[in-house]
Amino acid sequence: MTTTVTTAQADGHATADPHALAAAFDAAVADEVRIEPRDWMPDAYRDTLVRQMAQHAHSEIIGMQPEANWITRAPSLRRKAILMAKVQDEAGHGLYLYSATETLGVSRDDLLDKLHAGRQRYSSIFNYPTLTWADVGAIGWLVDGAAITNQVPLCRCSYGPYARAMVRICKEESFHQRQGYELLLALSRGTPEQHAMAQDAVNRWWWPSLMMFGPPDDESAHSAQSMAWRIKRHSNDELRRRFVDICVPQAEILGLTLPDPDLRWNEERGGYDHGPIDWAEFREVLRGNGPCNRERLERRRAAHESGAWVRQAAVAYAAKQREAGRAAGHGADQEAGA
Amino acid sequence: MNAALALGDDALVLAQRLGEWAGNAPVLEEDVALTNIALDLLGQARTLLSLTGDEDELAFRREAHEFRNVQLVEQPNGDFADTIARQLYFSVYQELLYGALAEGGSELAPLAGKAVKEVAYHRDHAEQWTLRLGDGTEESHRRMQRALGTLWRFTGELFEPLEGLAVELPALHAPWRERIAGVLGRATLEIPEGADRTAWSAGAGRQGVHTEPFGRMLAEMQYLHRAHPGASW
Repeated sequence: MTTTVTTAQADGHATADPHALAAAFDAAVADEVRIEPRDWMPDAYRDTLVRQMAQHAHSEIIGMQPEANWITRAPSLRRKAILMAKVQDEAGHGLYLYSATETLGVSRDDLLDKLHAGRQRYSSIFNYPTLTWADVGAIGWLVDGAAITNQVPLCRCSYGPYARAMVRICKEESFHQRQGYELLLALSRGTPEQHAMAQDAVNRWWWPSLMMFGPPDDESAHSAQSMAWRIKRHSNDELRRRFVDICVPQAEILGLTLPDPDLRWNEERGGYDHGPIDWAEFREVLRGNGPCNRERLERRRAAHESGAWVRQAAVAYAAKQREAGRAAGHGADQEAGA
Repeated sequence: MNAALALGDDALVLAQRLGEWAGNAPVLEEDVALTNIALDLLGQARTLLSLTGDEDELAFRREAHEFRNVQLVEQPNGDFADTIARQLYFSVYQELLYGALAEGGSELAPLAGKAVKEVAYHRDHAEQWTLRLGDGTEESHRRMQRALGTLWRFTGELFEPLEGLAVELPALHAPWRERIAGVLGRATLEIPEGADRTAWSAGAGRQGVHTEPFGRMLAEMQYLHRAHPGASW
C-alpha cells in the first residue's frame, strides 16, 4: 500500500528512535498541528486515512450515478443546468480527494481497482435508487445535509491535505444542500402531484440519511482511535442528533412530514429525539443487499472497462511524443505531459 | 426562419447528448470536461431560446419536427471516438460561426462574443483527444477513423445558408475543411471520403426533418415536463 512514502520516510528518519517519533507525532496531533505528507506518521494512522479518504472519493464518483440518472429528464432548463453543475462538482470532489489520498503513497488506479473489486467501500446511501425527480431534491437536502454535518468537522482534521480538500468540498456541498432544499420547496408548494412526489421522496430518504452517520457509538468499530487522532471530532450519535435538530424546523417550512412518529422535542436535552433506526437494513445494505449495490458497481466497472482503450491511447500518445521529443533533442516533453 | 432558434436548438440538443456521459466517461477528468462543455452549451441554448420565446416552452413543448437543429448534434454518443468526432466537427464549426458573428453587429453579436471563448476550449479539447485517439494505439486509430467516417455525412448540412443569420454559412465551409484536415493530418487520420450530405441530411434538420434517435432523445428529455402541464419547477 504505502511503499513509496514509507521507504522515503524510513530513509529520512533512519537514525530516529521510533518511540520518539511516535511521541512527537502524538504531541503534534494533541497541539492541533497539521500532519503533512512528508511527516512521520504511524502506519495505522496512514491506513485509517487511506481507508476513509478513498471511501470518501469513491462515494463522490458513485454518487454521480443516482443524480446523473435525472440529468436527461430534468423538467426545466434551469434545473438541468443546476443538476449538471452539481454532478460535475462531484466528479471534481472525486478528483481532489483521490489526489489528497495519493499524498499518502497510493495511486488513484490502485484505489479504483479496489473499488471495482469490492475491496473498498463507498457510502451506502448511494445504493438507494432515485425513482422520481423529487429524489434529486431529497438527496440535496438530506443526503448532502448529512454529509455536510459529517464533513464540516473534517475541515479541522489532523491530516493537512484532507482538511484542506474538505474546506472546498464543504463550500460546494452547502450550495448543493440549498439547491436541493429549494427544489423540494418548489415541489411542495406546487401542484398536489408535485407535493406528493416531494413527500414520497422524503419518506424514502429520511431513514437512510440518518444511517449515514454510521452505527450507534457503542457499536462503531473505528470511532475511538479516529477521535484520538483528531481525524474525527464528534461521535456518530452526536452528529446524527445535530442533523435531526437542523432538519425538523426545515421540514416544517417545507410543509413536508418527516416519517417518524416518535420524533419529538426533548425539553431536558434541548433537542429532538428520533425513533429507532432499522440497523438490520443498514447492515444488509452494507453487506451488498441494498436496492442498487450491484447496479452501481457494475455501471462503474462498465464505464472503466469500456474506457480502457481511451486511457491506453492517451498513454501511447504521450510515449510517442516523448520519443519524438528525445529524437528532436528538445522540449517536446512538456507538450507530451499536457 | 429564426436563426437564434436554430443555433439554440443546436446547443440544447448537443448539451442533452453530452449530459448522457456524466458518470460514464473513460476517466474522471472527462466526466468533468464533458459535463462542463454540456453546461456551456446549455447556457448558450438558454440565451438563444430566450431571444425567441420561453425557454422551457420551446425546449419541452415542441414536437420533433419543430426543432431546427442540425442532424449532427442529435446523433447518439456512441463510443468515446464517436463523441469526439462529433465534438471536433461541431466545435470547429461553432468557433468559426461565433467568431464571425461576434465581429458583426447583429443581435447575436454579444452572445457570440462570449460563447466564442467557451467554444475555443471545446475545440481544443476535441483536438487534443483527436490527436491522442488518432496517434495513440491501433485500436484507438481504427475507432476514430471509423467515427469520423460515420458522421461525415452530417457535416455538409452545417454550411447550408441559414435565413436571418448575419453570417454566410457556405463561406465557412472551406476554412472549416481546412482546419479539420489540419487536425486530422497531425493525428495521422484521413479526412473521410464520400458525400458530406445525403438526400435526408442536406439542410433537413433546419427544416425540421430529423433522424430516428432524435425522437427517443426528446421523449426522455420532455416526458416529465409534459406529464405535469402548467406546473412550475
